[in-house]
Amino acid sequence: MAVRNPKMKLAGHGLLHLVLIAGSTLMLIPLIWTVSTSLKTPQQVAIWPPEWIPDPVMWSNYVEVFRMAPVMLWLRNSLVLVAADVIGSVVTCSFVAYGFARVKFPGRDALFLLLLSTLMVPYVVRLIPLYVIYNQIGWINTFLPVTVPHLLGRNPFFIFLLRQFFMGIPDELSDAARIDGCSEFGIWWRIVMPLSKPALAAVAIFAFRDSWDNFLAPLVYMAGRPDLRPLAVGLYTLRGGAGQLPDTHYLMALSTLMILPMLIIFAAGQRYFIQGVTLSGIKG
Amino acid sequence: MTAQPVSGERVTATRPPRRRKLPRWLVGYVFIAPWLVAFVAFEAYPILSGFYHSFTDWTATGKAERFVGLDNYVEAFTRDPLFWKAVTNTIYFIGVSVPLGIVAAFALAMMLNSKIGGTTAYRTIYYLPSVVPAVAAVIVWVFIFETRRGILNFALELLGLPAIRWLSDPNWAMPALIIMSLWSIGASMIIFLAGLQGIPQELYEAAEVDGANGWHSLWRITVPLMTPTIFFNLIMSLVAAFQAFNNAFIMTNGGPNNATLLYMLHLYNNAFRYFRMGYASALAVVLFIIVFGLTLFVYRSSKRWVYYS
Repeated sequence: MAVRNPKMKLAGHGLLHLVLIAGSTLMLIPLIWTVSTSLKTPQQVAIWPPEWIPDPVMWSNYVEVFRMAPVMLWLRNSLVLVAADVIGSVVTCSFVAYGFARVKFPGRDALFLLLLSTLMVPYVVRLIPLYVIYNQIGWINTFLPVTVPHLLGRNPFFIFLLRQFFMGIPDELSDAARIDGCSEFGIWWRIVMPLSKPALAAVAIFAFRDSWDNFLAPLVYMAGRPDLRPLAVGLYTLRGGAGQLPDTHYLMALSTLMILPMLIIFAAGQRYFIQGVTLSGIKG
Repeated sequence: MTAQPVSGERVTATRPPRRRKLPRWLVGYVFIAPWLVAFVAFEAYPILSGFYHSFTDWTATGKAERFVGLDNYVEAFTRDPLFWKAVTNTIYFIGVSVPLGIVAAFALAMMLNSKIGGTTAYRTIYYLPSVVPAVAAVIVWVFIFETRRGILNFALELLGLPAIRWLSDPNWAMPALIIMSLWSIGASMIIFLAGLQGIPQELYEAAEVDGANGWHSLWRITVPLMTPTIFFNLIMSLVAAFQAFNNAFIMTNGGPNNATLLYMLHLYNNAFRYFRMGYASALAVVLFIIVFGLTLFVYRSSKRWVYYS
């Protein structure tokens, strides 16, 4: 900016901070409000004007919500989805990405273009036909539709991200290993994988978020098995239909419990997270 | 040290004959095999069969499937009033939320790029809502939008404005959805920020020497150099907005009076509520063509307004 007067510059900075702090508050209020409500008594939730600090602080809401709903079961189911997606992304997607990045074979570029084009296909185009197929092979109301495709490295975005990263690893390293008699599979596992920890971390975090958040697929493919519901679907069913509002404080406690792991992962891996988001923008 | 070669020789002698090395092209296919299987089974085949089902009256209830030609498409465009309602709603949602989101994310990124200190903290805070799981986010916002206990109406009251029945007034349900969508502009913001950081500082310094003010620099340097990033975010936001489902499904389920019946919701209802799978497949194909066409249009037009250095 072409502001030369130091006083004006200071005023400009102050104004910017003011705007940014106001925006930050708007961004944070929903989260603060959630946590605050989750620690209230039902009477306090209904108070008008609303109060920000719960009094008394009902930590017990977090214990009781486990009795109100099969939260442990939902959590277990969510972890099954998460495990399949994270393993599939870190192992299978990286395996596939290695093939696209570092092995020359006929048809490779055409196949990679095909992979990229699937990024643009709306998922709903597959939703219904896949329901048909899963129905025919008896996968409906099992975990298979939400685990097997992920274990096979279905996510083209992750393959793309890892391929970009693998292409940046110097060829000399793999050439040296090749001379020592290392196979391509050995090079992928022993050399490229350990060197790609940042990219793998980004992909693992994204996979965690996607599967932790996965709502429509479990809703559609596992509709007949309430005992297979992941947290996302469980939280939705807990809300009940329109008009019948259940205990909001429990709902907010469970929402907080669902948000918390994401916040922890974000805090711990923010660098990889931001890197991954940035990397995704580079292809534009 | 002296015993070493002997034992080494013995190992060599007992090692099984070296396996034949796979030809290189085959190695490549072994690597991509998992994806290839997933692509055929979970992408290509379903997409093709979806096209086929869109020409049938398939119901998924065991009733025999009949070929009905273009009837599903004709029904969507001429006989299904909810189809047009869903299309208009989706255009409304996209037309407001995408430009607003892009402009807000860009403005934020500009502010965070101006070296005022505290940028990392701001960046974290603005990105935070984007990591909140969708379902939890909607549950939270439903509570925020509540007429009698919601804090949004509390804020309106503080400003001396009348309360709004956000989710039960047909005029306000869509604005509510759009407000909520603006909560998660963090990802676009970060991509913009990365783009801004890639613009060489010398350009601004040179412009300043030439007497350009901040406004000139913004429109003559920043925006032109950022067009590839704007283009990327625009396409990504458009594709995502067309497929928006969770928020409207959980928050209002298309109501009140179909005011938030987005295209995806109409499709979901036909497929998994009425089990009109053939018709829903046709709706999916129409969506596919729209998204594809729009992406192509933005891509084509981008040649005129995107600047690649």
